[in-house]
Amino acid sequence: MTPKALFAASATAALLFALPASAAELTVGFSQIGSESGWRAAETSVSKQEAAKRKVNLKIADAQQKQENQIKAIRSFIAQNVDAIFLAPVVSTGWDSVLKEAKEAKIPVVLLDRDIDPSGKDLYLTAVTSDSVHEGEVAGDWLAKTVGDKACNIVELQGTVGASVAANRKKGFDTAIAKHANLKVVRSQTGDFTRAKGKEVMESFIKAEGGGKTICAVYAHNDDMMVGAIQAMKEAGLKPGKDILTVSIDAVPDIFKAMAAGEANATVELTPNMAGPALDAIAAFKGKGTVPPKWIQTESKLYTAADDPQKIYDSKKGLGY
Amino acid sequence: MTALLPRRGLAQILALIVILAVDRVVSPQFFDLRLQDGRLFGSLIDVLNRGTPVALLSLGMVLVIATRGIDLSVGAVMAICGAIAASLADSHGLPVVLAAALGAGLVCGLWNGFLVAVLGMQPIVATLILMVAGRGIAQLITEGRIVTFTSPDLVWLGNGAILGVPVPVAIALGMLILTGAVVRGSALGLLIEATGGNARASELAGVGTRAMILAVYVWCGVCAALAGVIAAADIMGADANNAGLWLELDAILAVVIGGTSLFGGRFSLILAVLGALIIQTMNTGILLSGYPPEFNLLVKAVVVLAVLLLQSPKLSGFAGIMARLRRTKP
Repeated sequence: MTPKALFAASATAALLFALPASAAELTVGFSQIGSESGWRAAETSVSKQEAAKRKVNLKIADAQQKQENQIKAIRSFIAQNVDAIFLAPVVSTGWDSVLKEAKEAKIPVVLLDRDIDPSGKDLYLTAVTSDSVHEGEVAGDWLAKTVGDKACNIVELQGTVGASVAANRKKGFDTAIAKHANLKVVRSQTGDFTRAKGKEVMESFIKAEGGGKTICAVYAHNDDMMVGAIQAMKEAGLKPGKDILTVSIDAVPDIFKAMAAGEANATVELTPNMAGPALDAIAAFKGKGTVPPKWIQTESKLYTAADDPQKIYDSKKGLGY
Repeated sequence: MTALLPRRGLAQILALIVILAVDRVVSPQFFDLRLQDGRLFGSLIDVLNRGTPVALLSLGMVLVIATRGIDLSVGAVMAICGAIAASLADSHGLPVVLAAALGAGLVCGLWNGFLVAVLGMQPIVATLILMVAGRGIAQLITEGRIVTFTSPDLVWLGNGAILGVPVPVAIALGMLILTGAVVRGSALGLLIEATGGNARASELAGVGTRAMILAVYVWCGVCAALAGVIAAADIMGADANNAGLWLELDAILAVVIGGTSLFGGRFSLILAVLGALIIQTMNTGILLSGYPPEFNLLVKAVVVLAVLLLQSPKLSGFAGIMARLRRTKP
């Protein structure tokens, strides 16, 4: 090869490598809430994976559950002139002024996982969240389909009283089973979204319902409460997953472990992958100027024992849940 | 009524009986007991079992309160010690796990005691530091996840049974007897009461008040550690965000229901544990009743108010006046 040809070849190669990189390399600032739960930790690690997959430079700022830290982080992202800002808001109000600053700097803001109450919807580009009413419906539909025409007494472990997620997951489930006269929620109590309370409340449900013999299914607003409830059923000599059907929401690794052991039946996923759709929306917005819809709903996928729970457990376990 | 009340403990026993009776009404099978896998099974056992963490906390708390102190950090200490136990459980034997967890509780207690007894900080402020920081420490240990374990030894501590009695209940009973033997079998209890009654006068009279205060915070830390280990063993995992959350308030409430004054002085271990049982009997009853969960806290507040009114000297005096008025009427 002549030196000239070599130069041409390497220049072409350089151009080839350089072009997509310069066109696609976005810098996105992500103001994350902090380590409030395992799901949150998983969301952070999945966001990093999704950004790496798309060769996006993702800067994550951990707000340690404080709104003032999130506002500071957004201001510093604006100062760094990032291409987009992702925000997982810790509270729903008080964002107007900082979002206006971002708007003036022409930096699109995408909300992840939670919505806010701004004075105008034009303060952010789009919100990527799951529909917690729909999650409850998916859980209710699965149970209705699985039970068929048999009469079924359901006990419900609610999330924290006053939490909107708990109210929505209850509403969705109630709507789904309202179509089936044979399904009835006989007891409903709060388990505060925790394993310990889920176990304690399930213990009392079992005592109150004739040793658990009249309970046909348990619905828990999150998997952690269900993990506690499964222990309570086992200690009462019942077989969860067989004597009593279980359906819960979130799809954390430990519920797949229980599913693999035949002690849990179904879970509805609250996907930790909120950043993936958000990054796609930003890429389309920056590239072709496509304005995404105001709300991008994530999929509420149902998992059962048929989905190889052990494999899902192994893949989810490392995400930080 | 007034003739009955002056005797110590009667109000608490009366309250417990009334709440048990109400539980029996809302749940007819409340007193049913049977053996399940070699372990007693029934709502009464649930009350004892679920009441164990608060009962253990109240054992330490009552001594702290007797010295006119307060320990807000016990819930956070539970979280720390549960996290330590859970992280070590699958790689080390039970003695190491217990030593590490209880050791951590002891260190936490020493820290609180040091701030209060040596630096002279106000107890509510001093222990607030660890209440806030402690949960953070626990979250650092668990890295914000729920650390699960399968070690059968540690699981036995939470779910096993000795002659049908759940292990946590046996541990709490053991701790009550041990604490009772130490503070009432010697002059220690009296010295603690003297410290709380009037620290200055006790100091002048030769009581080592500083050592007393340090000792009660250390004991409170150890009790909290044990409660934390049991709470973790119960769910086979350490949940740093939620373990022991707000339990410091339940423990203080148990002590107060047990008739020990927040101004220090005279205390009763048994009545503090009885206070914890009253709280749990009520909690279990609420769960069994089938009322919507929005009522839980309201019912709890009303019952606590009633129990405390029952003990109020002013009110029993008022009842006495009313009785006398009625007698003088024609």
